Amino acid sequence: MTDSKTTTLPRHRELGLSDEDVLGMYRAMLLARAVDERMWLMQRAGKIAFIISGQGHEGAQVASAWPMRKGHDWMAPYYRSIASAMTFGMSVEDIITAHLAKGDDVSSGGRQMPGHYGGARYNLVSLSSPVGTQVLHAVGIAMGAWVRGDDVVTMTQFGEGTANQGEIHEAMNFAGVHRLPVIFVCENNGYAISVPVDRQVAGGSVSARAAGYGMPGVDVDGGDVLACYAAAQEAHERARRGEGPTLIEAHVVRLTSHSSDDDQRRYRDPAEVEALKERDPIPRFAGELRDAGILTDELEEKLRAEVKAEVNEASKRAEARPEPDASEAHERVYAEPISGGGTAEPLEPLPGEGH
Amino acid sequence: MAELNILEAIRGAMDEEMERDERVMVLGEDVGRKGGVFGATEGLWAKYGDKRVLDTPLTEGMIAGAAMGAAVYGLRPVAEMQFADFVYPAFNQIVSEISRIHYRSNGTFTAPMVIRMPYGGGVHGALYHSQSNEGYFTSTVGLKVVAPGTPADAKGLLKAAIRDQDPVMFFEHKKTYRLFKAEVPDGDVVVPIGKAQVAREGTHLSIFCYGYMRTCALEAAETLAREDGVEAEIVDLRTLRPLDTETILASVAKTGRALVVHEANRFGGFGAEVAATIAEQAFEDLDGPVTRLAGPEVPGVPYHHSLEDWFMISPARIVAAARKLASY
Repeated sequence: MTDSKTTTLPRHRELGLSDEDVLGMYRAMLLARAVDERMWLMQRAGKIAFIISGQGHEGAQVASAWPMRKGHDWMAPYYRSIASAMTFGMSVEDIITAHLAKGDDVSSGGRQMPGHYGGARYNLVSLSSPVGTQVLHAVGIAMGAWVRGDDVVTMTQFGEGTANQGEIHEAMNFAGVHRLPVIFVCENNGYAISVPVDRQVAGGSVSARAAGYGMPGVDVDGGDVLACYAAAQEAHERARRGEGPTLIEAHVVRLTSHSSDDDQRRYRDPAEVEALKERDPIPRFAGELRDAGILTDELEEKLRAEVKAEVNEASKRAEARPEPDASEAHERVYAEPISGGGTAEPLEPLPGEGH
Repeated sequence: MAELNILEAIRGAMDEEMERDERVMVLGEDVGRKGGVFGATEGLWAKYGDKRVLDTPLTEGMIAGAAMGAAVYGLRPVAEMQFADFVYPAFNQIVSEISRIHYRSNGTFTAPMVIRMPYGGGVHGALYHSQSNEGYFTSTVGLKVVAPGTPADAKGLLKAAIRDQDPVMFFEHKKTYRLFKAEVPDGDVVVPIGKAQVAREGTHLSIFCYGYMRTCALEAAETLAREDGVEAEIVDLRTLRPLDTETILASVAKTGRALVVHEANRFGGFGAEVAATIAEQAFEDLDGPVTRLAGPEVPGVPYHHSLEDWFMISPARIVAAARKLASY
């Protein structure tokens, strides 16, 4: 863990971040939280069938995605990556549109459940539901960049439960063998749905496993935004210098139940759930920015008003977007018409047909 | 025209495509310095280097998943599974990811990649080096599935697969690798995916086959012509998905009898799809029952030569099945 009280200069300046940068990070966290909370309201109102939340993860996510170059680097997210996806390019409207499963949602055109982030235009890889598969895609993208000699860094995120999948081992081992330019971010919130980390992770540490793959394993307090940024920034530089992958384990809190279909009161002590609020990264980062003299009551109020207005506006626009057209549900199964001509299977029209 | 065996044709296709397009790379177990356990990638490592011809750890899930990542990034990976029998750790990547990313992203991501897999028995490979598991993949929407039976098709279809925007499962019957040589057109000749080939014209019955079964069926047809006066039409499907129903139905319309042959076991196998297609769409053309000749219902090819012989589809078995069908 990083001790946040040992520096004399404001920490962000030591890390090369300006006041605008850290306020931007704080605003990104507020925005992700506000969108997340709006999604829950919409779910309760019956507009969205299902929600899987990133609340409590915003600090680690905004900070780790912050060094990534938008539209240049790549990211393979997971289902709690709302704040990273937004930091990496998805707009508020993109996120809400995807949750509403509208026809022009950039992630899937209404084909996937909420929380399956993706966007080709943002180099944000489309996510599926079996956990951990995306980590191999990140490694494959990094392999592609390495083969071609491109200065591209890929980041992927996953939970500590997923860290136990065999594919994670395969991915980290391969990345370690070839020193691929990839950053693994494990967001450890202590629970894989209902099963606590001591029943999931032998030895208790995901980052310790990095040693076995010949890469640095960085254990970081996921509520300490600047510590997360420092870890990600160093990992990004290492990757660009050709020194290979880094595994970052960020200890975060899951402020909500696993999803809208779960009730964590069934398996977590009420006192434990109540205590999580103390570890919410948003008030903590706000306090740090206030101590550094960057954030004032006035500015806080202004930021929150802006964020609220942005979410309101984006929600209105998203709700007005067209629903998917079921007559197109058979399209875009294959990327191109079958070569040879005239031989398509009758029950499976090809892309481009039916327009 | 060059006389090549199937292995040489496959190697030639990869070599020419790597030469033509620097996005093409090869990855898999032992594909580098060794040139693959069957030699399919021999010479490529020396020519293209150890990044574009990449030896991977023994991790099939990684081979498929990383290939997909690279494909999404813009490369054209050709992944080799050392044996089709070892593909199952990669099943999650192939079925959950590779086949679905285009659809689930509403067409905004593609995974243009090839997974090459040696399949099939008859080489004393027993349960875990002999499987014909194409059925798992032909039933997965989003994949294309190819199984060539000649050197020219192996080369031309592999070129087509590498250039295809969609993921292609490329099944190479390992018994055919060095079985015979045949003429392969010189130059950049691409065989389109999705097109069957009438390998032998006939009038009395149609035999639908692919891979090694093409060789067996052609031999059977000669016997049938010589001993029975039965002229069998041999249709080499070449691509299993998308299925060339047009060529299948045209052949059935001509002969009125359909025999589907494959080495994979019968129950729920690929032949069932061909048979059902014929039954649904050519009912009035049929003079006899649509018939399947397939591998036995055991979990794999047993090892001892007498047991393996018991398992394998042979020209003699095709002759026997065809005689029965021709009698209708």
